[in-house]
Amino acid sequence: MTDTSAATPLSRKDFVSDQDVRWCPGCGDYSILAQTQKTMPDLGVPKEKFVFVAGIGCSSRFPYYMNAFGFHTIHGRAPAIATGVKIANPDLSVWVITGDGDALSIGGNHLIHVLRRNVDINIVMFNNQIYGLTKGQYSPTSEFGKKTKSSPFGSLDRPFNPPSVALGAQSTFVARTIDSHTHHLQEMLKRVHEHKGTSFLEVYQNCNIFNDGAFAHLKDREVKDDNVLELKHGEPMIFGKEKNKGIRLNGFNPEMVKIGTGISADDLLVHDENNRNLAGLLANFTEDDSLPTPLGVIYSEDQPRYEELMIEQIEEAKKKLGEGDLQKLLAGTDTWEVA
Amino acid sequence: MAEKNVEKIESVVIRFAGDSGDGMQLMGDRFTNTSALVGNDLGTFPDFPAEIRAPAGSLAGVSAFQLQFSSKDIFTPGDQLDALVAMNPAALKMHIKDLKTGGILIVNKSNFTAKNLKMAGWESNPLEDDSLMDYMLYDIEISRLLANATEDMDITSKTVERSKNFFGLGLLYWMYGRPIEPTIEWLKKKFKKRPELIEANTRALKTGYNFGDITESFATQYEVGPAPFESGTYRNIVGNHAAGLGLLAAAQSSGLPLFFGGYPITPASDILHQLSHYRNYGVKTFQAEDEIAGVGSAIGASFTGNLSVTASSGPGICLKGEAIGLAVISELPLVVLNIQRAGPSTGMPTKTEQADFFLSMYGRNGESPVPILTPATPGDCFFIAYEACRIALKYMTPVFVLSDAFLANGSEPWIIPQLSDLQKIEVSFAEKEDGPYLPYERDEKSLARQWAVPGTAGLEHRIGGLEREHISGNVSYDPDNHDLMVKLRAQKVAGMIREIPPTEIYGDSTGELLILGWGSTFGAIRTAVMSLRDDGKSVSQAHLKWLNPLPADLGEILLRFQTVLIPEVNSGQLIKLIRSEFLIDAIGLNIVRGEPYRKSQIIEKVEEIL
Repeated sequence: MTDTSAATPLSRKDFVSDQDVRWCPGCGDYSILAQTQKTMPDLGVPKEKFVFVAGIGCSSRFPYYMNAFGFHTIHGRAPAIATGVKIANPDLSVWVITGDGDALSIGGNHLIHVLRRNVDINIVMFNNQIYGLTKGQYSPTSEFGKKTKSSPFGSLDRPFNPPSVALGAQSTFVARTIDSHTHHLQEMLKRVHEHKGTSFLEVYQNCNIFNDGAFAHLKDREVKDDNVLELKHGEPMIFGKEKNKGIRLNGFNPEMVKIGTGISADDLLVHDENNRNLAGLLANFTEDDSLPTPLGVIYSEDQPRYEELMIEQIEEAKKKLGEGDLQKLLAGTDTWEVA
Repeated sequence: MAEKNVEKIESVVIRFAGDSGDGMQLMGDRFTNTSALVGNDLGTFPDFPAEIRAPAGSLAGVSAFQLQFSSKDIFTPGDQLDALVAMNPAALKMHIKDLKTGGILIVNKSNFTAKNLKMAGWESNPLEDDSLMDYMLYDIEISRLLANATEDMDITSKTVERSKNFFGLGLLYWMYGRPIEPTIEWLKKKFKKRPELIEANTRALKTGYNFGDITESFATQYEVGPAPFESGTYRNIVGNHAAGLGLLAAAQSSGLPLFFGGYPITPASDILHQLSHYRNYGVKTFQAEDEIAGVGSAIGASFTGNLSVTASSGPGICLKGEAIGLAVISELPLVVLNIQRAGPSTGMPTKTEQADFFLSMYGRNGESPVPILTPATPGDCFFIAYEACRIALKYMTPVFVLSDAFLANGSEPWIIPQLSDLQKIEVSFAEKEDGPYLPYERDEKSLARQWAVPGTAGLEHRIGGLEREHISGNVSYDPDNHDLMVKLRAQKVAGMIREIPPTEIYGDSTGELLILGWGSTFGAIRTAVMSLRDDGKSVSQAHLKWLNPLPADLGEILLRFQTVLIPEVNSGQLIKLIRSEFLIDAIGLNIVRGEPYRKSQIIEKVEEIL
């Protein structure tokens, strides 16, 4: 997919549609939209080849604001519809924009199946840990015991861990970023695009109306560096304001250690994007309060793409059987003549 | 060799019944094929249990195949049986009630053991008391005869036992004067790599054939001559298979790739199986994770410019409802095949019913009109599937095809259509013009919007499930616009009335009674009407292939008859529409047994009315 038509390079403006953006002022979605519009021109894809498919929810209004082909569909089904788009035309750059409710609750089944099939589409899941469009019910990623409109005594649901779900579904690419980390978000969007196969990008997104501050500990300048572990392939896992904290493996368990107290960078875990076991450990970091939240590419592997395999089958069948002769097929194998 | 009579008869109805593992469907298929080759007209009705292998010998495990073959034009698999082959006591128990008095009854005596009799609920062995005295009973020790016939072969007794359906087939070939060679040729192809199976089954076939020939008890052979077919090249065709071919023909005519998204469900799965073989035709089949993803993927492929199809049966159609609504509002072409089965809920998955008409018509939220077409015979499934594609593409709309289990699995001789005779399907995609692309601008006549596929520079646009503004396609909550769009979507479907050919009336164009039907009731109604007319009754038939919209001439036709009778395999759905549309006091015939109508049931109802 190289740009053959653009004599003048594309810019952010080319991807801004003429529709008024209707998210609440201060919503994290604005940043995700802006970073997407900024990143798309750099991907080397002609504008007409972008397709944005969404389900239902605040996040899913996204296609209306992108000047690209867009399909705002029905709740939870975007991965299925996007699968049809990609199989029908593998040459398109297909993006699914979804939220934690859309992707993990009503659309959970479609999400896991698109991941295991490895159709080359890019799934960007805005996780604000709440239902926004329906005005504030707990979502499948809300913390246990959360008090909301529909759970005045605290929710009884244990939350999903999205990267674990994705890895469990045989995802070939799992990454995480945050709405307000604009450069990191752009970098992740590029990685998502570059990965051939289904990419799953979780974006922590602040809903300032119904779940404000859910990710404050990862965003506030004062504390974020102590709470975020930015993953870099091939580099030791070091974090903290003073770059003096690291992650070491103790038996099967990762633990936070201070560098300097008899521990050097050599003792730390080194990130390897291609290691599925390590990815499993990293996905679980968010379930342990003593560990930082990993951002970046948690896992990446190269596997055949569903739509390419289908085309191979078609070409193989044509080679073996020849282009189908429909008139002959209509006749079948047993015919008789009536004079 | 005993002296045999040969008696000429017009039509014969036979049924093979046995355990679901006994190969009854295969036996039926072979008899059908051979009968087609000798030029008979045919109607078939496979009737199998949902259980794959219920316990051997149980009533739940009985599988049957009925066929009528005839030297005249016929339209159904027949009502009462002239001959029944019952391979075990359970098959006998289930099917004996359908055998005519004096009919031929062939049973495999070897299977009438105390255990099997008990499982089937026979208190005493019917072969030994007088409970079968109304029939011409031939109780044959098939298993023993076959053991003798194969004793020089190095094969297991299980293999011998499994060839017993070919004994039955051979005997019936003899009885009805059919050649055994086509079946032997078929065996050679089928078991190319298992020569011992070719030999065992061929011997079983010949043993059965010779048994009829040399056994004194079989005194009569019956001859059913060729039917007066229109000249041409014929094949036998099953409804679902015809539908699959129709889809492929539409793809080829339109020049579009065919995309099929579906999820396995009885009795629609065969369409997915069939299309998945057509990779060399460029067909893309996608077995999705569920029914919703099946239709969802098809909608995605439709947005991308493919001819998109999904197929299912009642429960699956329910799941697809919301997505079909999306195709309605986003005005994308989509063909939805509903191979109806008995409901509600899981109901009786292998049994036929026509109770999803209202589901198709009204089974979505909001004002969500769709055209609905329905085939009358197995072969007609081809033409209806093709027409559904043509309409979907021309009008940018989802189209329902209402088939059912009876049409799906039934078969008939079919004159092979010439692709060049089919109405060409024209498709044009939107192209870049000056000014912005307006996705909801409509063709003045058809009211279809244009199809602008991703990848076309300058046509970037957004569609979706929210209400659209007329012409611009922007999201709109404007009350006047919604009212307009509701009406435009309805008008678009209503306008398809121009696509419907004049309604054909079989019989007089005016008279005492018109029987109005749709779908798979065609054959039973036609047979009943022929017979009633032979008796001098003023009865005519009209059969609908379009259920929405209804044909333009229908109201006027209905008024030409004193009474209108509407038989449906449901509790009365079309009749409610007819009554409310035309204010006619139509009468319903509504037997909902999971079975197709019999001619006799319709005649009985007519005699009650006239």
